[in-house]
Amino acid sequence: MRTPIAYFLLLSAVLFTIGTVGVLVRRNALVIFMSIELQLNAVNLSLIAFSRHLGQVDGQVLAFFSMVVAAAEVVVGLAIIVSIFRRRVSANVDDVNLLRW
Amino acid sequence: MIDQIWLVPALPLGGAVALLVAGRRLRGVAGGLASLTVGLSFVVGLLILRDLLALPAESREVTRTLFDWIAVGALRAPVELRVDPLSLVMVLTVTGVGFLIHVYSMEYLHGDPRYPRYFAYLNLFVAAMLTLVLANNFVLLYVGWEGVGLCSYLLIAFWFERKAAADAGKKAFIVTRIGDTAMLLGIFLIFSTFGSVRFDDVFGAAGGLAPATATAISLLLLGGAVGKSAQLPLHTWLPDAMEGPTPVSALIHAATMVTAGVYLVVRAAPIFEASPVALGVVAVVGVVTALYAGLSAIGQDDLKRVLAYSTISQIGYMFLAAGVGAYAVAIFHLVAHAFFKALLFLTAGNVSHATDGEMNMMRLGGLAPRMPRTTAFFAVGALALAGIPIFAGFFSKDQILAAAYAGGFVLWLVGLIAVGLTGFYIARAFFLTFAGRPRHQAHPHEPPPLMNIPVLLLGVGTVAGGLLGLSAETGTIHGFLELGEAGHARGGLSELWLGVIATGVAVAGLALGWRVYISGRVDWQALRERYVALRRALARGLYVDDVYGRFVVLPAKATSAFSAFVVDQRVIDGAVNGLGRVFAGLARAGRRVQTGLVRSYAVAYLLGAVIVLLVVLGRT
Repeated sequence: MRTPIAYFLLLSAVLFTIGTVGVLVRRNALVIFMSIELQLNAVNLSLIAFSRHLGQVDGQVLAFFSMVVAAAEVVVGLAIIVSIFRRRVSANVDDVNLLRW
Repeated sequence: MIDQIWLVPALPLGGAVALLVAGRRLRGVAGGLASLTVGLSFVVGLLILRDLLALPAESREVTRTLFDWIAVGALRAPVELRVDPLSLVMVLTVTGVGFLIHVYSMEYLHGDPRYPRYFAYLNLFVAAMLTLVLANNFVLLYVGWEGVGLCSYLLIAFWFERKAAADAGKKAFIVTRIGDTAMLLGIFLIFSTFGSVRFDDVFGAAGGLAPATATAISLLLLGGAVGKSAQLPLHTWLPDAMEGPTPVSALIHAATMVTAGVYLVVRAAPIFEASPVALGVVAVVGVVTALYAGLSAIGQDDLKRVLAYSTISQIGYMFLAAGVGAYAVAIFHLVAHAFFKALLFLTAGNVSHATDGEMNMMRLGGLAPRMPRTTAFFAVGALALAGIPIFAGFFSKDQILAAAYAGGFVLWLVGLIAVGLTGFYIARAFFLTFAGRPRHQAHPHEPPPLMNIPVLLLGVGTVAGGLLGLSAETGTIHGFLELGEAGHARGGLSELWLGVIATGVAVAGLALGWRVYISGRVDWQALRERYVALRRALARGLYVDDVYGRFVVLPAKATSAFSAFVVDQRVIDGAVNGLGRVFAGLARAGRRVQTGLVRSYAVAYLLGAVIVLLVVLGRT
């Protein structure tokens, strides 16, 4: 017997919420980054769950796209974080507030 | 040669353009170049005169279209020049006298830092005046009309470092502009009435005008003429215009500018003829101005201002002549006046040149032994102005008074009084300047030859000019002009007697001047003290200027101040700045959103996403 889709979606929602809270409450850029990855993967999980549930391959294709984009985003994002860290000796996002009023 | 008529205005215009563009490089030859262009124009004018005289009298009216200028809807205003006796007489006067004044200026303005620019303006002035007199439609005439106004401003204010000169230039421009506005309205009315602005169309149809329309058009045109010719009530700019260099005054008074009004009235005679009221107004304006300016001239202490009021008075005579229908006589007086007034101004320029610019007659006197030639030529001009026989002014003024007599006894009588005043004020000016004991420290001397030759030629013109028009019926110039004379229907005194009376009055005026100012039997300096109020009233031109200052200029300034400091600064600027302040305030409140904290942005993003989600879910 198959695992019901609700379990997958529940896990996905829990992961997404953890990621969201992590983005909102943490200050370290790397941790925020990891939380964003968590959110992305939560979404990927629900995509694949639906794909399996509906017997269609579309969701899996979309998940692959999402992973490729996430990889590219990690490259760019990490480069930015590294260069900010070199400049400021800090990865705290609250220190990076030049674009304010 | 008539086909080359375009050369007449084009030559001075070319000179002006060349001097304006390359004045610095042409500095050495600026005066010569400018004089040459005007002189060549004069020669072309003479050649055209020869051709025109070869034509039969009834076909002496040739037009040449240079190019289409304005063609919009029904409005056709080509650049079309008109050669007929009237325009040609004006051309020859303007270029002839203008040329002599150019030559005189070469020496007078020698060493001035803006020497080339002066001649550029002078050339432009002549070119504008020639456009004015040669135009064959009202629009082109108006171009010349405004060009003349512009150049008068530039030249009167030529020494603009002096505030008085700059102010005088502005005043000339603004006061004549009042008249020009009336004239522009007149041209609009002409176009809406006749559907054309071309002289041939307009004057051809002028006979069938309704009297009211004719009166309206005539009075509007007269408004322009009054402004340009410095007649009451728009005369106030001319005495102030004496702040310009003296040759400029000579040019404005003799050849260009002030005669434009007389020309306009004579040119538009068919319209004026259709309205007896308008003609009457012209005559009355003329004669009242002649009297008023004659009175004011007596009170002036500045030699040039005497001559300025004298011009206003003499132009008044021309208006009087035009107003009673004696158009040819008006033009004859215009020509004669051009000669003797230019002569008077240039000799006054000699005085100014010799005394380092001293023009106050109270500080002159006794110049005759030092400057015998200048004195003699001034005397010739003065006698011509007063209307003493054999001089040009005698014949023209005599004919004007005869025409005025035919037009109405009162006109004649007032004109006659003005003749007496003329004799008196010019005798006063002559004796105070040249005779008696010197009241100055300067060491006057005769000017160099280049200034004397124009004076000499003008002197010859002043003496011989009368030959052009010995009588209103048989005069050469009258026959040439063919402007249709007013009938001398009125009975009473014969023309001979009128002449004798006028001459007698003029001589009496001169004699009175002699008696008061030189004979020693009257202590004129004591008289000045005793009648201070009268003298001041005359000196200030019967306070006309002061009345304008109080009732026109002051309210206008107050209105400007109100609109500048209250309407503009408070209301308009207030609205604009207020609007700006409102948005600045909004922005100041709104910019708080930009905290720079990434996480707060993330919260907003999340909230937004949730709201969108709720909305989408809520709708399904």
